[in-house]
Amino acid sequence: MSFHPPLATSRSMTGIPTGRLAVWWIIASEIVIFGGLIASYLLFRLHYSEWAEYASHTNTVAGAVNTFVLLTSSLFIVLAHQAAIEKNKEKAFRFIWFTIGGGGVFLLVKAYEYTTEIAHGYTLFANNFWGFYYLATGLHGLHVIAGMIIMGIISFDVKKGVKLERVEYIGVYWHFVDIVWLFLFPLFYIAK
Amino acid sequence: MNKEQTHSHPNYVKIYFILLGLFVVSIVGPLIGIKWVTLITAFGIALVKAVMVGAYFMHLNIEKRFIRYILYTALLFMILLFAGLAPDILKSEGNNWVNVSTVNTATIDQH
Amino acid sequence: MVNNISDTDSLSHKDHHTEASFWSKYIFSTDHKIIGMQYIITGIVMAVIGGYMAYVFRMQLAFPGKAVPGYGLVSPLDYNMLITNHGTIMIFWVAMPILIAGLGNYLIPLMIGCDDMVFPRINRLSYQIFFISTLVILISFFVPGGGFGGAWTAYPPLSSEAIYNHTPWGAPLWVIAVALEFVAFLMGGINFITTTMNARCKGMKMYDIPIVVWMIVIASIIFMASVGPLIAGAVMLLFDQTLGTSFYNPMNGGDPVLWQHLFWFFGHPEVYVVLLPAMGIVAEVITVFSRKKLFGYKTILYTTFATGILSFFVWAHHQFIAGIDPRMANIFTITTVMISIPVGEMLFCYIATLYGGSIEFKTAMLFAIAFLAEFLIGGVTGIYLGASGTDIYFHDTYFVLAHFHYTFFPIAVIGFFTAIYYWFPKMFGRKLNETLGKIHFWGTIIPFNGIFIPLFILGMGGQHRRIYNYNHFPDLSTPSQQDLRVFATTSMVIMLVFQIPFFINFISSLFKGEKAGNNPWKANTLEWTVPSPPPHGNFAEMPEVYRPPYEYSVPDMDNDYCPQNCSGKKI
Repeated sequence: MSFHPPLATSRSMTGIPTGRLAVWWIIASEIVIFGGLIASYLLFRLHYSEWAEYASHTNTVAGAVNTFVLLTSSLFIVLAHQAAIEKNKEKAFRFIWFTIGGGGVFLLVKAYEYTTEIAHGYTLFANNFWGFYYLATGLHGLHVIAGMIIMGIISFDVKKGVKLERVEYIGVYWHFVDIVWLFLFPLFYIAK
Repeated sequence: MNKEQTHSHPNYVKIYFILLGLFVVSIVGPLIGIKWVTLITAFGIALVKAVMVGAYFMHLNIEKRFIRYILYTALLFMILLFAGLAPDILKSEGNNWVNVSTVNTATIDQH
Repeated sequence: MVNNISDTDSLSHKDHHTEASFWSKYIFSTDHKIIGMQYIITGIVMAVIGGYMAYVFRMQLAFPGKAVPGYGLVSPLDYNMLITNHGTIMIFWVAMPILIAGLGNYLIPLMIGCDDMVFPRINRLSYQIFFISTLVILISFFVPGGGFGGAWTAYPPLSSEAIYNHTPWGAPLWVIAVALEFVAFLMGGINFITTTMNARCKGMKMYDIPIVVWMIVIASIIFMASVGPLIAGAVMLLFDQTLGTSFYNPMNGGDPVLWQHLFWFFGHPEVYVVLLPAMGIVAEVITVFSRKKLFGYKTILYTTFATGILSFFVWAHHQFIAGIDPRMANIFTITTVMISIPVGEMLFCYIATLYGGSIEFKTAMLFAIAFLAEFLIGGVTGIYLGASGTDIYFHDTYFVLAHFHYTFFPIAVIGFFTAIYYWFPKMFGRKLNETLGKIHFWGTIIPFNGIFIPLFILGMGGQHRRIYNYNHFPDLSTPSQQDLRVFATTSMVIMLVFQIPFFINFISSLFKGEKAGNNPWKANTLEWTVPSPPPHGNFAEMPEVYRPPYEYSVPDMDNDYCPQNCSGKKI
């Protein structure tokens, strides 16, 4: 089925391309999803002093590695964006796949972390700290997976030089996922 | 169409290394073991890093201003949610009242 | 840039779509008008189901223990299922899809002068997800244990533990259905917002946007900003129900009141999410049939912003007796009473628009005026409930129930009928029959008051909500109280019967109605400048806007109206 974008898509009354505007609104709606979750967690964390003890069982090294990985992948996607502006298709393609690789490493570390924690008996049911831990990191992990899939799809268009502006849109989303992790890291791994 | 063409784009690698430096501080901070230092290095630096990523990687510094206001509004509503929930969950005693349910919970938790 | 398609390029694509098959034209279409219609039709079907549920449990309350014609005996579990799903369906599957998604899809591109939504395929996906959510909620009635029976607010532990609600399958399916529905409306909402921000036609400045578009967009923003915590909360509830975590279980350190906060942080703005589009519809109709400029366009707009912002500050007035911190009750009483100021101001603007106008009492106008009158009762009784002192007495009685039906019925039902009588000519090219319309109007409005005024009285008498059979409570089953219940139920049956003229009118007018022409109501907004029904791509030539949307009866003009795209002298 052939699909032709409507004229509406090409209009830009605000001066921001429609795709980027939509990504900003998506991020605003994501802020409230993660915000609600983090606010609930934080309240429980402050209320129950014993949660500090639970938090000491999270793997800080793994969390730190993941922070580093995500920061680096953020750099890669912004370099891909820069390459896309310079119409350097090959370079943009390469950096998108570096970013996807970063996401993959992140998920592997996460999988290792989950495995060891579950092996130690810290499952979703252990107590509410672990409930929130799995919920928040799991939701964040889903966002990482979604971002990787979208990047995988657009990378081949980018290689052909089609719709290069999408690199920027996915980049903005990816940085947001990074920022969420920047807050989850101290919340679950550092503050003890 | 991208504004970066008119602005000279920031040196992304330089910003990345600043972020890494901050990241190391946030790891080292808790090792000192003083609570308020931990809080500042953990959350203060997370905030600084988030602002830097937002400003330079997401280009909020050169984006139209109203985008920033949209995001601030979303954040403000979350602070509002926190503020509305806080007295309910954190405070279980007042001058003339006690929230019995939380008191019970605390006793149940202890054993 | 691939995006830079010139106007002519895009218009030449139109003929690709005309030869499409039935499936791609009506089922999998990306055309905003078809998607809007799909939402509206799904909404009407769900309204019939929700209305049937109301009929069954109202009959049970009036004649407890007797078999209900068309259903049979109502067991206590059936009753729980019926009230829960009546509430859920009427709000999430009727009010939301019809008023925001349906009319928003249909009207926004037409009113702002562009050919479609900016993301037509996401729009289609949004309807498809919504459709799946509809299937999930319908399937949940037929699983073992029946549909969810923990009331539409789903307070844990009643909603989270199957030993309390007796619906081990219905409860998780209910949560999944609601969550899918949220996802659908998030996608739709982002589409509405970006379309209105970016795709307005040439010359349409901020204050040239019709009020109804403004209101739908603001409602989408409110929805988007409030629903997030509930999505997170719904996942926690789902885990509690299915996996046995204890986020809301106080025995293991959870907090059931947390759900109430997350729910009402969304739930109260949600009232304004559905109220604002209805207010917008009424604004359009009142202006057109008063032949007068809308009084205080900017005032209405600013009060809408104020309402939207304040709606986030009032949520805990639903929880005054839930054991929340008493100091919070002070704050939330103040904010709740404050929010009546902007809403009241909006209503004053509408009444001022009526003042001195040459009013035509078409059916749409009758419904619009009825909206003002009935919503006012709903709003005024809200003051009793917003004040924590009186709310402690009224909480969870039929007074609350009657109050919110006096707000939601005008919004969802009267607002919808206003819209359908007004925009039906545009949607199908033919007018609805006025005589049948007026029969339908009086047959809806009078019994509506007959249903809910007795419920106010019962509520003040202390009749608690969500009780299956009042015969078990001697204080609540005196003959006079039972008479009021029978009266309310009778009124309800009469009201349902009077919906038949509407359906007859709707179907017969589709084929035999009076031809409407482009602009049957002599209105100014852009959707009336195109043929009815509008072709694919809406405008043969993209319009340009020269004037605000409500220039009626301007002196020194040939006609008493002047569409937004007519050039000529600026006023």
